Amino acid sequence: MKFSQEFESRFTEMLGHYPTKRSVLVPTLLYAQDEVGSLTDEVILELAQRLDLTELEVRNVISYYSLLSTKPRGKYNVQVCTNIACMLVGGEQLLDHCKKKLGVQHKGTTADGMFTVEEVECIGACSWAPAIQVNYDFHENLTIDRLDQVLDEYKKKGKQ
Amino acid sequence: MASLVSHPDEVRVVSKRFGQGATNIDRYLELDGYKAVQKALSMQPDAIINEVKNSGLRGRGGAGFSTGMKWSFVPKQSAKPKYVLCNGDESEPGTCKDRLIFEHDPHAVIEGVMIAAIAVGSHTGYIYIRGEYRYLSIIMQKAIRDAYAKGFLGKNIFGSGYDLDIFWHGGAGAYEVGEESALMESLEGKRGIPRIRPPFPAVVGLWGGPTVINNAETLASVPHIILGGAEWFAGLGTPKNGGTRLFCLAGNLNKPGVYELPMGYNLKKMIYEVGGGIPNGRALKAVVPGGSSTPILTAAEIDVAMDFDGVAKAGSMLGSGGVVVLDDSNCMVKFALRTMKFYRHESCGWCIPCREGTDWLEKTLKRFHSGGGVMKDIDNIYYLSENMLGKTFCPLGDAAAMPTMAFVKKFRKEFEDHLEGKPCPFEKASTLAPLPVFA
Repeated sequence: MKFSQEFESRFTEMLGHYPTKRSVLVPTLLYAQDEVGSLTDEVILELAQRLDLTELEVRNVISYYSLLSTKPRGKYNVQVCTNIACMLVGGEQLLDHCKKKLGVQHKGTTADGMFTVEEVECIGACSWAPAIQVNYDFHENLTIDRLDQVLDEYKKKGKQ
Repeated sequence: MASLVSHPDEVRVVSKRFGQGATNIDRYLELDGYKAVQKALSMQPDAIINEVKNSGLRGRGGAGFSTGMKWSFVPKQSAKPKYVLCNGDESEPGTCKDRLIFEHDPHAVIEGVMIAAIAVGSHTGYIYIRGEYRYLSIIMQKAIRDAYAKGFLGKNIFGSGYDLDIFWHGGAGAYEVGEESALMESLEGKRGIPRIRPPFPAVVGLWGGPTVINNAETLASVPHIILGGAEWFAGLGTPKNGGTRLFCLAGNLNKPGVYELPMGYNLKKMIYEVGGGIPNGRALKAVVPGGSSTPILTAAEIDVAMDFDGVAKAGSMLGSGGVVVLDDSNCMVKFALRTMKFYRHESCGWCIPCREGTDWLEKTLKRFHSGGGVMKDIDNIYYLSENMLGKTFCPLGDAAAMPTMAFVKKFRKEFEDHLEGKPCPFEKASTLAPLPVFA
C-alpha cells in the first residue's frame, strides 16, 4: 500500500533511531492511523511486513493502546475527559451534552461521518479543566456554551 | 497552548523560562541555555553525580527516589550501550506539569538528558512523550533538530570529543507506560507491560543495556543544579527534599493552574492563597495531594509541608504533584468510583491481583453508588484493596489500592449513607443512573 511522502520520510528517519526495527512500531501506527483514518487490515499487513513482525504481533500492540483503533472514526474524534479533575468541574455534563447534541453514544459516529464521541481518561489538562481533545487539539476551561461553539466550528470546517 | 498563571510565592527555577520564547534555540541560549551541559563536559562524571546527589533532587514522576543515587547505580563499564530515557508519558490524573515544560522549555529537557548521559557514560538518549501530546511532540522534535543544527548533538558535541544522539519517541495512550519498565517495553515496540525486577533498569534496561529513566521535570531541573550548584538548589527546599516543585492545582479552586513552589510549601496555604480558595462560598471537603494514586486527605489534615517526607508523615504521598481539591458538594463514593474506573481501564491485565482487583472494586463501587450496596461490601472494599497492596507486579495495583483504602477509612459514613435503597445524598434520586463503563 502507499503512504504519503511525509509518512515515508518519518518512517525511514525513525528506523535510524533504534537498534531494532520494531521500536518504530507504536509511533508509526499512530502516524498511519492519522493518514488512513484507522488501522485497516492493509495497514497492519504492510507494517508487519516492513518490521519483520507477524500480523498478530502488530494487532497485539494495537489492542493495548487507547489511541489506536482498527475501526474508522469520524473526521473529528471528540474525546471528552471525565477523569477526576474534569469530573469535579463539569466533565460529565460536557460528555452528556456532546452525546445529546451529536446524537451518538460513547464511541459512536454521527451518520455524516463528521464526529465520533469518546469518553476518555485523563488527557493532561487537569489545571485547565474541563477539557476535551478533538483529534490532537486541546479545548480547555470549557462551558456548555463554549463546547457548542467548538463543535459548530468543527462542523463548519468539516463541510468546507 | 495551556495558559500560565503566577503567584508572588512562586520560586521559578524549572519554570523560569516559561513564556520567554525559549522554544527558539537562540532565545534559549540568551537565557543561559546549554551552559550547564558545557560545564558538565568539563567535570568528571562522578562529580556530576555527586552534585545532583547533594542537591537533594528527588524524582518528580512520583516515587521521589534520589536522582543522583539512581544515576550512581549505572555500572561504569558495560559491554552493552547505555541509555538515558526521559519519561514524558505524563498520565497520572491530576497532573499536567510536564506538558508546560515541553511547551515552553523543551531545550531544558534535552540539556537534562545530555547531562545525565555524560554523567553515566551514555551516548544515546530518548525523550518519550505521550501520544495525546502531539503538539508537544512537534515542539520537541523541532528543538532536537535545532540542537543538531547547532552542533550541540551528534558527533563531538561542543568540540569535547563526546558523541551524543537524542531522539524523540511518541506513545499511543496508556497510563501503565509511565511505569519505567513498561516505558522501555513500549519504546521497544511492544505492549507497555512491566518487567520483573530485579534486574533494575540501571543495570538491564533498554535492549538489555544499562538505562537511566527520569521524569521530564527531574531532567529539566538538572541544568539549573549544575549551573547554580547543589547547595543553592538544596537550600530552596527542605532537608532531603531539594529544590522546587511544579504543583498542578486542579478541581474546585478559584485559581487552578501550575505553580512552581518551594518543596515543603504548606498545603493549606497552597489551596487558600495560591489557588485562591474554594469557589461559590463552599467549604473544603478533601484534597488529593499528589495525583490520583495518592491517599486523600480530609479538610482537617491539610496543614502539611508539601515535600516527600512531609506528605508521607501525613499518611499520603507527594507523588506527581497533582493537587486535586474537592468541595463539600462532592460525593466521595462517586469520587472513589471514578478513580477506580480509571485504574480498571488502565490495568494492563498482566497480573491477577490488579486485573481482577480493579475490576471487582469498580463493579462494587458502581453498585454502591447506584444504591445497591450492602454493609459487608464496605469492609470487603477495604479488605480487597489491602490485599492488592504490595502484591501486584508493578505499582499500578498499589496506586488503585491506596486511595481506595483512604476513601473507605476516612469517609466510611458516606459509604454507609449509600447502603441499599438509599439514594446518593449528593444527587437527586432521578440522577442515580449508573455511571457509564468503558467498552
